[in-house]
Amino acid sequence: MIATHLPALQIVVPLVSAPICLLLRRSGLAWALASIVSWAALACAALLLQQVLSSGPISYHLGGWAPPWGIEYRIDAVNGFVLLIVAAIGAVVMPYARVSVAHELPEEQHATFYTALLLCLTGLLGVTITGDAFNLFVFLEISSLSSYVLIALGRDRRALTAAFQYLVMGTIGATFIVIGVGLLYMVTGTLNMLDLAERLPPMSENRTVLAAFAFLTVGAGLKLALFPLHFWLPNAYAYAPSAVTAFLAATATKVSIYILLRFFFTVFGAANTLELGTLENLLIPLGVAAILVCSTVAIFQTDVKRMLAYSSVAQVGYIVLGIGFASTTGLTAAIVHLFNHAMTKGGLFLALGCVVLRLGSARLESLEGLGRRMPLTMFAFVLGGLSLIGVPLTAGFISKWMLVQAALEQDNRFLAAAVAAVILIGSLLAIVYIWRVVEVAYFRPAPEGDGEGEIAEAPLSMLIPTWFLIGASIYFGIDTSLTLGVAKRAAELLLGGGA
Amino acid sequence: MDAPGLYNYWIVIVLMMTGFYVVISRGNLVKKIVGLNIFQTSVFILYITMGKVSGGTAPILAEGFETYSNPLPHVLILTAIVVGVATTALGCALVVRIKEAYGTVEEDEIQRQDDAT
Repeated sequence: MIATHLPALQIVVPLVSAPICLLLRRSGLAWALASIVSWAALACAALLLQQVLSSGPISYHLGGWAPPWGIEYRIDAVNGFVLLIVAAIGAVVMPYARVSVAHELPEEQHATFYTALLLCLTGLLGVTITGDAFNLFVFLEISSLSSYVLIALGRDRRALTAAFQYLVMGTIGATFIVIGVGLLYMVTGTLNMLDLAERLPPMSENRTVLAAFAFLTVGAGLKLALFPLHFWLPNAYAYAPSAVTAFLAATATKVSIYILLRFFFTVFGAANTLELGTLENLLIPLGVAAILVCSTVAIFQTDVKRMLAYSSVAQVGYIVLGIGFASTTGLTAAIVHLFNHAMTKGGLFLALGCVVLRLGSARLESLEGLGRRMPLTMFAFVLGGLSLIGVPLTAGFISKWMLVQAALEQDNRFLAAAVAAVILIGSLLAIVYIWRVVEVAYFRPAPEGDGEGEIAEAPLSMLIPTWFLIGASIYFGIDTSLTLGVAKRAAELLLGGGA
Repeated sequence: MDAPGLYNYWIVIVLMMTGFYVVISRGNLVKKIVGLNIFQTSVFILYITMGKVSGGTAPILAEGFETYSNPLPHVLILTAIVVGVATTALGCALVVRIKEAYGTVEEDEIQRQDDAT
């Protein structure tokens, strides 16, 4: 009985728990509820993915209304995988948040914080699970509005301006998506994604459809911080509370990438968009530019959080590059990197949160000698950094390896070599910015007698989630059967035409 | 002749570009919110227009009415209006907080204060 309603429970449980969190008022109670709910969501997502992998896509009719009239929740290998990523990050960040939030936010804001975090989780899961184009917009706005609130909770007053900037950019992006969905509805009369996919091919030359495609691409591009639409991201990540940065960095952009994948391949169909030549001509140059420019900018940051934020834009560049190849290998690489980067960057931001807890800032010069004072945290950071660079035996290596393979498969020899070279240069740049942190933390003496006493290691409740994600980014670099297997199935599904 | 029937779409385009321009060009945060509102309103009109059928009435079954307007886009946009209201409210709340923290709502003035620290 419960099993048949799992898709609805995935959304309803966190959605209903969010206001309850607000009513509980007490920080500890709200946190406990939020943690239990996030674990329940993870269990739900894991069961759904397992069901999808064993017996094919699940179609759930919300309220019993049959699609295409009613809203359909449709879970296949693609969004089942993304659901698992989002829910897993939520379940890891929630336990971590308790100490971190208690340190960074005043007591009376705690219940609100967990409410907003649960709403954000609901929105992101909803965007991923839904098979209805307009429903997607509604969930996108739920997640966006709550993430503006979460970012604005940061201690620095610049968090407010960062949240405002994100609000303006995010609203424009989401409005572009509604315009795109509206234009599609005008020509097809349907909002169900599968139904759209069936009705669109005969009118692929229709100018309204092309306009819809353009609006959706730019809208999703704004949301996923596609270079050069990424200007909201570095500030938003740098000034948000630590737990929020880790959560958003690992999930929000990933879900937006999923939106792009879904519209490009399922709704518009691979054949249709490929004929137009948009994918290669649009996404590959933007991906390459993101990797080169943002990795370089990351090197010159003095705030480690900001540095990692720029690195996130560069990593989105890798994923977009993989999508741009529009081949099975390319898409597999993109989806695997989506997962690997979520684990790695989530882990890195969590480690940084531990640093902020003890030092009060993430400025590079304040990290001096931290390698000996907080050995476990900094070692986690180094391992995460290795995965970001793409050293063998880490998750980052797997996805970059796949990406280079996808690049070399291209017919155009020159393009193939150039893109493969860019991927390598991106890794070299990553070595530089990670090394700057390692150098300061391990090779410089700790400042003597600053009068604040010995800086201790972070508490276990924060170290365990950090090491869990860092451990995952190492584990999935050695055992790739789950990630590569699912990603390959997802890629084949996306390229297999409409459905 | 379609021209009078299509004028709504011209309004949509004009409003959309006006709103977009205000968001980009104005440094005052309140004006940015106003621009964002105009921008979103254009989309509301787009949806309302596409649901309208010439000569159609509200979709309630009654004697003597044969053509009905499509209610679905109208219902959809009701949701988008709610989202728009929430966005505006949140945006205004942020502006109030920014005013408290910086003492100004001008973007360049805020930038100058941030650079100074």
